[in-house]
Amino acid sequence: MKSRSSVVPVIVFIAPFMTIYLVFQIYPLVQAVISSLFSWDLLTSGRQFIGIENYIRMFSDSIFWHSFKNSLLFVIYSTPLLVILGLFLAMLLNHSSRFISLFRTVLFAPYVLSVSVTTLIWGFMYNPQKGLLGVFFQFLGLEPVYWLTDPSLAMSAIIYATVWWTVGFNLVLFLAGLQDIDRSLYEAAMLDGAKGFQRFFYITVPSLSRTFMLVTVLQVIASFQIFGQVYILTRGGPGGTTRVLIQYIYETGFRDYQLGYASTMAVFLFVVMFIISFLQFTIFSGEKT
Amino acid sequence: MRVSKHLHILLLTLLSILFALPLYWMLVMSVTPNALLKLNSTALWPQAFTIENFLGVFRAGLMMRWFLNSIIVTAAATLLTLLFHAMAGYAFTKMRFWGRRFLFSFSIAGLMVPKEALFIPLFLLFSEFSAHNTYLALYLPRVAAPLGVFIMVQFFRGIPDSISEAAEIDGASEYRTFFQIILPVSLPAMTSLGIFTFVLTWNDYLWPLVSATRKEMFTLTTGLASMQGNFAQATELGSLMARGVIASLPLLILFLIFQKNLIRGISISSGGK
Repeated sequence: MKSRSSVVPVIVFIAPFMTIYLVFQIYPLVQAVISSLFSWDLLTSGRQFIGIENYIRMFSDSIFWHSFKNSLLFVIYSTPLLVILGLFLAMLLNHSSRFISLFRTVLFAPYVLSVSVTTLIWGFMYNPQKGLLGVFFQFLGLEPVYWLTDPSLAMSAIIYATVWWTVGFNLVLFLAGLQDIDRSLYEAAMLDGAKGFQRFFYITVPSLSRTFMLVTVLQVIASFQIFGQVYILTRGGPGGTTRVLIQYIYETGFRDYQLGYASTMAVFLFVVMFIISFLQFTIFSGEKT
Repeated sequence: MRVSKHLHILLLTLLSILFALPLYWMLVMSVTPNALLKLNSTALWPQAFTIENFLGVFRAGLMMRWFLNSIIVTAAATLLTLLFHAMAGYAFTKMRFWGRRFLFSFSIAGLMVPKEALFIPLFLLFSEFSAHNTYLALYLPRVAAPLGVFIMVQFFRGIPDSISEAAEIDGASEYRTFFQIILPVSLPAMTSLGIFTFVLTWNDYLWPLVSATRKEMFTLTTGLASMQGNFAQATELGSLMARGVIASLPLLILFLIFQKNLIRGISISSGGK
């Protein structure tokens, strides 16, 4: 066993990260909890202690619940799509062929784009007169579809654009999981005469269960942070049908200047995300394969 | 067997075309004159070719300034993350000191704090020092996310202790051991972390939107977002798409060069591997 390191190098190595971490990650977290107990209006009085009044207000605020519901809907609809499609694409790519790396590059490429490039492209894709989708629908002899301005379609439109943009992330994780499966398992199963779907259900599915859980939890966390696509494409419209929680927090803080109340909702967001992330950690530290 | 193989390649080809089409369409529009796009924006081949849309970016507007801002902020965040997180990760795995386990757990706990929950208090913090609309405000909070420490610790655990111990017996200081022996062998892990940090920082949207309110301090991501959503955009579709191409080009090129590193970075960071 190594002896203790001298104090000075330890401090030199840890202090830069730790200082930044404390100031810009831990302190803001504490600050959010504290400000949530204040009425903090930038326009008028400044800050005033009001206890849990913000929390009472939040739980009876119908716009808050509506925005939370929209975020949840986005999570509920986008997660299965992104996970299943990610797995499907990874399975297609998990073969040795000359063009596989080219296919992988193309399917993953949208992930490196920024949210504003994604919205720039899809904002016009969805345009009934100017967009490719509009022309395609016309070609099929269908009525033009007002994707982003029809209240019953806007959220779906945002979900499809997001799938195109981020499915590559899940694809990569599934592909890594698939490549870890021992090839000899498949060879043995083939010798025993197992059919394709049998090999899938008896070898691929069980071997991939940990990756599957991991991707699902990561996707729920990522989906829950939905903001940019919505804010740029629809501003939460039409009629608030796509307003999500982070957008409501942003607008409460920077349009209405009610920073105390905005902090309260941020604390709520943090608690929800913490519970989900905690699940992720239990998966990691649980069974090691 | 052969038929299914062909079917498999055909399916992948179709999917790849479908995935590439929106990007390709942006590229086509970016080299088509604005006037033609007013009449028809859905051609899959440029009806006429022009580089005017790109030249316009250099002549007017703040696009080049935003480009520079993005480069500065992203480079600073990436370099500081690499250095500070590798140092902290090294201390947590290879140095022995009181409270090491606690400090490590305390650092990693930050992974469970989404930055989307912090933008209000972070805004207040920088307001107190009137530090908004500065580069510092844009990159420092990014360096606080402990993901890099997690990645580096995973990597350093795989390096045998005997390497740094041997260096110390030879009389090398902790600093020399770290910079001259450990860092060079950590290059693969650091490339992965670096490229991942670069992509995430370049594409950051919420924090720059909150912190950089002066147009001159926008990043490419927030700047490009600010040009969308008004109806005037439709008259200069080609110019707008040229800006989209310029905003995505650096990352697409980087991605093509460092694809393997980025993919490995994603796998390690998620705890998948």
